[in-house]
Amino acid sequence: MKKFISVLVICILLIPMFTACHGARSLDPFVMPESFDTDRQYEITFWAKNDTNMTQVEIYNRTIEEFQKLYPNITVNLRLYTDYGRIYNDVITNISTQTTPNVCITYPDHIATYMTGANVMVPLNDLMAHSEYGLGGSALLFDGPAEDEIVPKFLEECSFGGAYYALPYMRSTEACYVNKTYVEKLGFTLPEKLTWEFIWEVSDAAAAKDADGTYLVNGQKVMIPFIYKSTDNMMIQMLRQKSAGYSTAEGEILLFNDTTEELLWEIAEHVEKGAFSTFKLSGYPANFLNAGQCIFGIDSTAGATWMGSDAPLIDISEENLVEFETVVMEIPQFDPENPVMISQGPSVCIFNKEDPQEVLASWLFTQYLLTNDVQIAYAQTEGYVPVTLKAQQSEVYQDYLSRAGEDNELYYQIKMDATNLLLSHIDDTFVTPVFNGSASLRDAAGALIENVNKSVRRGQTVDEAYMEKLQEDILSLYRLDQSGAVNGGKQELGALPTASVVLLACIGGVWCLILLYLLKEYIKKSGK
Amino acid sequence: MKKFLAILLTLTFVFALTSCGGSDPAAKSEGVMTYAEYDAAALDSEVVIEAYVQGKQSWWEDKATVYAQDPDGGYFIYEMACSAEDYEKLTVGTKIKVTGYKGAWEGEVEVMDPTFEIGEGTWIAEPTDVTALLANEAELIKHQNKLVSFKGMTVEAVEYKNGEPGDDIYVTLSLDGVSYSFCVEVYLTGPDTEVYTAVGALTPGAVVDVEGFLYWYQGANPHITSVTVVG
Repeated sequence: MKKFISVLVICILLIPMFTACHGARSLDPFVMPESFDTDRQYEITFWAKNDTNMTQVEIYNRTIEEFQKLYPNITVNLRLYTDYGRIYNDVITNISTQTTPNVCITYPDHIATYMTGANVMVPLNDLMAHSEYGLGGSALLFDGPAEDEIVPKFLEECSFGGAYYALPYMRSTEACYVNKTYVEKLGFTLPEKLTWEFIWEVSDAAAAKDADGTYLVNGQKVMIPFIYKSTDNMMIQMLRQKSAGYSTAEGEILLFNDTTEELLWEIAEHVEKGAFSTFKLSGYPANFLNAGQCIFGIDSTAGATWMGSDAPLIDISEENLVEFETVVMEIPQFDPENPVMISQGPSVCIFNKEDPQEVLASWLFTQYLLTNDVQIAYAQTEGYVPVTLKAQQSEVYQDYLSRAGEDNELYYQIKMDATNLLLSHIDDTFVTPVFNGSASLRDAAGALIENVNKSVRRGQTVDEAYMEKLQEDILSLYRLDQSGAVNGGKQELGALPTASVVLLACIGGVWCLILLYLLKEYIKKSGK
Repeated sequence: MKKFLAILLTLTFVFALTSCGGSDPAAKSEGVMTYAEYDAAALDSEVVIEAYVQGKQSWWEDKATVYAQDPDGGYFIYEMACSAEDYEKLTVGTKIKVTGYKGAWEGEVEVMDPTFEIGEGTWIAEPTDVTALLANEAELIKHQNKLVSFKGMTVEAVEYKNGEPGDDIYVTLSLDGVSYSFCVEVYLTGPDTEVYTAVGALTPGAVVDVEGFLYWYQGANPHITSVTVVG
């Protein structure tokens, strides 16, 4: 009997060998505490992104300072980034070690990847609805927005698989920053709304050079008439405007279709004429625009403070700066009567922790980012729009909007025009479906344009065979056959691979044999 | 017999000189461009170069960005297809043969979409003193991407990109009353490096000698790799 017990104990002790090697224990789902324990000290980390704009950094610091005055038992440690991609990479790295930040500026596509880990993210529905600590809750020490005071469209962009996993923080769209002076110099008149046809026609005309290689329109050796900053946005919006496929809400990839190919042919044609390039291959639209080397620069409305001869932020030397009239317009459309444009901008998510009180502290800070003072101050730094109706409709914000053009700093006309562009088109904005793999799909959409741009410039043959190979290469490079829809953080993983089935069957078989052997020995001994 | 020994010794000496020091760092394999040919090549054309790694900037998702140089000029090799194992092999001085396309991004001439193979031989460049060329951009640009030095520069301002340590440091140095932009690029020399700390501690008015790679962003924007306070 003693021997049997010893064997049994050894077997029990061996169990962890088969289980513990599968990584660190995942966190339990977040459960809302009854109340916030103010007798304890909390230290939370906030990973934030700024647009290489020190005013934004100052606003983050001031926000933390003000929040800590209200909640002296919460210390917020700020870590700053200037690139969403680096935040994403660092979060991914830290998920495995459970050292994620508490609160993090993010893009919805990134959240879909974070959610593939069990209970990594905190679903916000319970927190939002809580009567005391929820949106507009009675126990809050600040005047935060109620749920219905957040712009519904922006809030909806943070819902995945039936739950909210983020709150919107700022919103922007893309705008076309136009050198009107050069458009008119070329003999064209800017229409009320830009069309793709117009932009290509003017850009082709602007590519004309004299015998010495000097561009006729600007008298310089450099001219890229049309530069697009984000080629993933370019492809996504073109497809949307043409009601062509990109992906389904379930994560089915529709990017590779006839319309996409038609668009790539069109882009190739204008690259060939020297009419178009991209940020990745050539540089910032703002720098070329301000140097008189670009006529149409498409960039975020959150980049408006860099655009134009009088821009408050300029990255080129004074001697290269050219005087011209800048106009902010909607991105070009295929159907100008029914414009569509992307909705983008940072959201804020909360990472789960072992201590629910720490999560609650993170939630309080997250909500504080939506108070009027923070929303209005941050939105004013760029062509951003506050995400709450409460802030948008406030007297302070309305006064700000009414003072467009008063100076070239806070009231810089181009920035205000960019802001107004989004404010008047919120209903025309859209976002792409979010699923595990949607970030890769977005990259792939941009890569199609980037590759065509490079290949044409490099004199490579761009024909049907090229397009076919491009599609295959991109599909494989971005692993688009491995994506899946987000479904409340759980995914249908499909049938187990054969090797896994065989392995599990072997383990089960061995355990059966062990137990049979032990039983046999026990019966044998009992019979003695 | 003496004559034979003398000849033998001489031959041995010559052989030793050529083998232990590696081949002439300016020599190129067949089908490889000289620096002059690379410099003359049109943008977007295919280029094949041979050079020696002088600085490693970053590696991410099987892409490496490095500075390389031969005795005639410098190369910025951007996002070269490179495994993590191969990146470890790219120590300073390693010879590489790179095939890619010549491109220019905001004025920085670089080899784009490059692939590479490691070659035989090593060579480490000495920094070229280009202090006298600072005010002459047409001459200075000829040293783009090389390891260079600037002597007797006065610190005007040191500013962290994000207002605090962690990201790039923007440094304004002056010479003869004219200001120039320098940078401590966080991907090249991160917050844990000696140069990052040393530059962060500089105060206006200090006189420094700096070394770095002559990067270009809308004009010269050297990326500092070492700094010495001299006054």
